[in-house]
Amino acid sequence: MSAVAAPAGRLVDHFETGLDAPICLTWELTYACNLACVHCLSSSGRRDPRELSTGECKAVIDELQRMQVFYVNVGGGEPTVRRDFWELVDYATAHDVGVKFSTNGSRITPQIAHRLAVSDYVDVQISLDGATAQVNDIVRGPGSYATAMRAMERLAEAGLAGFKLSVVVTRHNVSQLDAFKAIADRYGAQLRLTRLRPSGRGADVWDELHPTAAQQRALYDWLLARGEDVLTGDSFFHLAAYGDPLPGLNLCGAGRVVCLIDPVGDVYACPFAIHDAFLAGNVRDEGGFRRVWRESELFLDLRRPQTGGACASCGFYDSCRGGCMAAKFFTGLPLDGPDPECALGHGEPLLSARDPSGAPRSSVDHSRRPPPQRSCDEDPLADYWRVVDGEH
Amino acid sequence: MAIDLERAWTLHDQVALRPEPFGALAYHFGTRRLSFLKSRKLLDVVRCLGEHASGRAACAAAGVSEGELPAYARALETLAVSGMIRERAK
Repeated sequence: MSAVAAPAGRLVDHFETGLDAPICLTWELTYACNLACVHCLSSSGRRDPRELSTGECKAVIDELQRMQVFYVNVGGGEPTVRRDFWELVDYATAHDVGVKFSTNGSRITPQIAHRLAVSDYVDVQISLDGATAQVNDIVRGPGSYATAMRAMERLAEAGLAGFKLSVVVTRHNVSQLDAFKAIADRYGAQLRLTRLRPSGRGADVWDELHPTAAQQRALYDWLLARGEDVLTGDSFFHLAAYGDPLPGLNLCGAGRVVCLIDPVGDVYACPFAIHDAFLAGNVRDEGGFRRVWRESELFLDLRRPQTGGACASCGFYDSCRGGCMAAKFFTGLPLDGPDPECALGHGEPLLSARDPSGAPRSSVDHSRRPPPQRSCDEDPLADYWRVVDGEH
Repeated sequence: MAIDLERAWTLHDQVALRPEPFGALAYHFGTRRLSFLKSRKLLDVVRCLGEHASGRAACAAAGVSEGELPAYARALETLAVSGMIRERAK
């Protein structure tokens, strides 16, 4: 992102009071997923029977077009398992809504890769959480490294330049940053690093997987040296307190410039905040998404000036703005205090003093259960798996 | 690069503009880059670039004064570098 200089106040102030429509939003199309990553921020696995129909999704796209939302970050679950996935992608791009979708790569056939290569309005992001199979597969499951690498190979062969290789930084892969960059370079992709959040199943593994303070500092230095060459989705804005800000807006955009639409149409303040406390409404409600964005109590509240709370007296508050709301919430820290990974170390004493069992848990959980025991139980994924690879 | 305001410019056809209270958001679907136009007047300039024989004429039409021109030239230059606007034949 770049700001074009001309007379005006601080841009960040405008963003904090909210925009008439999000700049972009995350839209999770399904909770169904063929993987079961240990840190899944949406606790995905099984499809939810209440998921939006094709028609309802198209109505949401129509509304996003009217609101001039430039693009949506589509995810899940694994979005490509929806039978109507490509139909929805085509519908969105035909209605001036660009699509960037995240996938584990399992359905990127040579035909799909070719199709993606010829579209200017669709971008793809391959998830990989280890630069080696050993590190990746512990988090994302056996075989998932090979699947992602095969997908990237196909995208590169089809001539799609600049797709994204998306990595959630953990304690175990933070030493592989150069190796990730090399993989991205090999396939002509752009590396994107994002922060591990204690959201969804991520809450179960965050204590063991989040980078140590020393690793976090090394990550910041590495990112700062790479500049705009490596994307972060503004994920590490809490690290701005180390000194220079990383490229990006450097603010929490929840309910102000971004939000999440989940597979059943629930609108949350951000993709990392699937919890009733951050639920603003549902696209099926009267007035649709537009009304939720513009009028929901929660979003209006998020757009009011923040006081900074316990962080207000910190000299770096203007840099990090108190960090990530979701990271605080799901680790059980107060929302008006420091981020659990505060660059100055103010989160650590709070983390050690808290009772982790008292941290809030999301009631939304689609993790797969053990296989059904009775013959009348149907695998909720059954419908999806009839979609044949290469059919499109 | 220094922008030549005597030449004719136009908004790239893959760029969408969205007016906002502070100015506008510009999104380029080809490069997938987002830019912020930090005033409504700059939005007016960018919108009418394609209708005028020169960048200077477009600025004048949008009400940019001589004194403001250097700041607007810099803003247009930034937009040209990121491909949001491009030169066109007169």
